[in-house]
Amino acid sequence: MSWLIRGARVLGGEPTDLLLDDERIADVGRRISSRGATVTDADGLLALPGLVDLHTHLREPGREDAETVETGTQAAALGGFTAVHAMANTDPVADTAGVVEQVWRLGREAGYADVRPVGAVTMDLAGERLAELGAMTDSAATVRVFSDDGRCVSDAVLMRRALEYVKAFDGVIAQHAQEPRLTEGAQMNEGELAGRLGLRGWPSVAEEAIVARDVLLAAHVQSRLHVCHVSTRGSVEIIRLAKERGFPVTAEVTPHHLALTEDLAATYDPRYKVNPPLRRADDVAALRVGLADGTIDAVATDHAPHPVEDKDCEWDAAAFGMLGLETALSVVQETMVDTGLLDWAGVADRMSARPARIGRCDGSHGRPLAAGESANLVLVDPAASRVIDSRELASLSRNTPYEGMTLPGRVVATFLRGRPTVLDGKLA
Amino acid sequence: MKDHLLSAADLSRDDAILVLDTSAEMAQLTEGRSVKKLPTLRGRAVVNLFFEDSTRTRTSFELAAKRLSADVVNFSAKGSSVSKGESLKDTALTLEAMGADCVVVRHWASGAPHRLAYSGWIRSSVVNAGDGTHEHPTQAILDAYTLRKHLGSVDGRRITIVGDVLHSRVARSNVLLLATLGAEVTLVAPPTLLPVGVEHWPCQTSYDLDSVLVKADAVMMLRVQRERMNAAFFPSAREYSRRYGLDARRFALLPDDAVVLHPGPMNRGMEITAEVADSDRSVIVEQVTNGVYVRMAVLYLLLAGGRE
Ligand SMILES: [Zn+2]
Repeated sequence: MSWLIRGARVLGGEPTDLLLDDERIADVGRRISSRGATVTDADGLLALPGLVDLHTHLREPGREDAETVETGTQAAALGGFTAVHAMANTDPVADTAGVVEQVWRLGREAGYADVRPVGAVTMDLAGERLAELGAMTDSAATVRVFSDDGRCVSDAVLMRRALEYVKAFDGVIAQHAQEPRLTEGAQMNEGELAGRLGLRGWPSVAEEAIVARDVLLAAHVQSRLHVCHVSTRGSVEIIRLAKERGFPVTAEVTPHHLALTEDLAATYDPRYKVNPPLRRADDVAALRVGLADGTIDAVATDHAPHPVEDKDCEWDAAAFGMLGLETALSVVQETMVDTGLLDWAGVADRMSARPARIGRCDGSHGRPLAAGESANLVLVDPAASRVIDSRELASLSRNTPYEGMTLPGRVVATFLRGRPTVLDGKLA
Repeated sequence: MKDHLLSAADLSRDDAILVLDTSAEMAQLTEGRSVKKLPTLRGRAVVNLFFEDSTRTRTSFELAAKRLSADVVNFSAKGSSVSKGESLKDTALTLEAMGADCVVVRHWASGAPHRLAYSGWIRSSVVNAGDGTHEHPTQAILDAYTLRKHLGSVDGRRITIVGDVLHSRVARSNVLLLATLGAEVTLVAPPTLLPVGVEHWPCQTSYDLDSVLVKADAVMMLRVQRERMNAAFFPSAREYSRRYGLDARRFALLPDDAVVLHPGPMNRGMEITAEVADSDRSVIVEQVTNGVYVRMAVLYLLLAGGRE
């Protein structure tokens, strides 16, 4: 089946037509005619390459009460994503070829987005022995990103070895930068507010100390480091310096760290409890500038679904994490585009091209919208706005921090290899 | 006053003075009477919801409620952050179904009373009887009441609070309330036991107890757990006592009419010597008595005062 998209503004440019045929973009130009194609009017809509998320918790296997590969990728499609990297902290942990292949296959069967499993760095995320990284790479899942996310690879020798080892197959270590001893029992950003609220602090230095160590290790062994969910001004500065020196380092920021601050913790409502924690306005400003100037390569959601009972409780007892897939593009529009920090081509770069390149899925994702390329794209209405209602989300969980907020923009359609996964803002 | 008492910051200066004055009336009405009950809260249900053991605080609230003729239910819900037990929400829904008018809650988690008050699970008033390392507002009110009795007024007085401020809900509430009442508060502790950001609190801080004591109108010693030394907050109990404990030598540095407070339970020999704790300028036992009057006042003002 072929699709003719009429009058979309590619990366915010002049209106143009796109013809999708047989999984590819067959033609781009003015007044394309194609008999037999289904025509969709994209007047006023933007066309962006399908978004790529480097950091998604799909929870399957093990926590199918919070999310499944199917519901998580449905949420992804509704958010404009055509590929997601599924984090390894499932139960069992994705630390063998068997588990990553299972997750990959579930993604294929669901068909809403390409699922790129992330392999654990260490067995059972225990931080003691390397997982079989090569076997996961060689599996059908073709893993390239490895992470103990949820935990930090805090042992310096183990981190060094992991970085060295993945050079053999062009892998990357995605580090959850959190010095564990400095953050025992930590509940929120350490500072005046945490002291007043009586919540145990998670100091910036616990992130920055690991980021500083790891960029030096990456330079030392000349292997690729990716820093997950950068949350502090200091981390941005360290990464900027590392890049100036040519170190092989990339980094991501979450939408919530671009939009929200620690002040929300004063409600003691655990929907705002996340790891790393929400920081101060000064950090938010530095993250936005870092994303705009390219110090931070990518926006990654850290979509972290949790069942109601894990959030409807005391702050200390609640789970860390927030939903992100279905609101990411809107939050980036509000914080980066509507503020003039990034244009739509920049959004496509940070949410599609660069994350695809980091995850080494840039053969078919993160490509320009040009004839001959894989037909992975999203149509967005930037003039729309919507009030976030957690009951309307496709995710099995409800833990969005944007409940009741009005956010700009709306994903109208998503195409995965020429086939719509979302049409008229609904699952196709 | 607000509908709930969750933080000492919920009290404006006028509110605080009203609570203190009402506490004094409660003392007058009950002291020396053979029948200590007032009919004020007859038919109202006060629930003491304790997720953490504290016989002294629970008993104090229980006595206060009973002296006002309220029906009192003690509801202890065990469970820690490790083993959760019954959820706060389910407990709250149960209390709502029972028709509680006021829930007095003690909890190991900071903010749990705030969750009870604002999550829509219950409609009753919530009184924070100590939450995690956050606040313990009625303790601060009883301390202010005790200080006012001995110093005449709290306004302009120099109050020194010594010890584990980092983990102390008593210190947080006291700093807020005493500042509201116009006192000059100085926190004294090793730097490890002062929270990050304490410079933004409405008080002074010092690492040197001797220099602060000579100017103090009152000194409040906080409980310090010996086990804190295992997490490197200080090297040893002995060194802590030597640098921050109130012993006879330091006691002698205080001005003649200064008083000594302690929220209890005391670690005799750690933050305070027995000699000082039992001296005639120690008002520690009186604090307990005053606690009942203050809690009567709080329950009265929340349940009977102006809410009907
Ligand atoms: Zn993480």
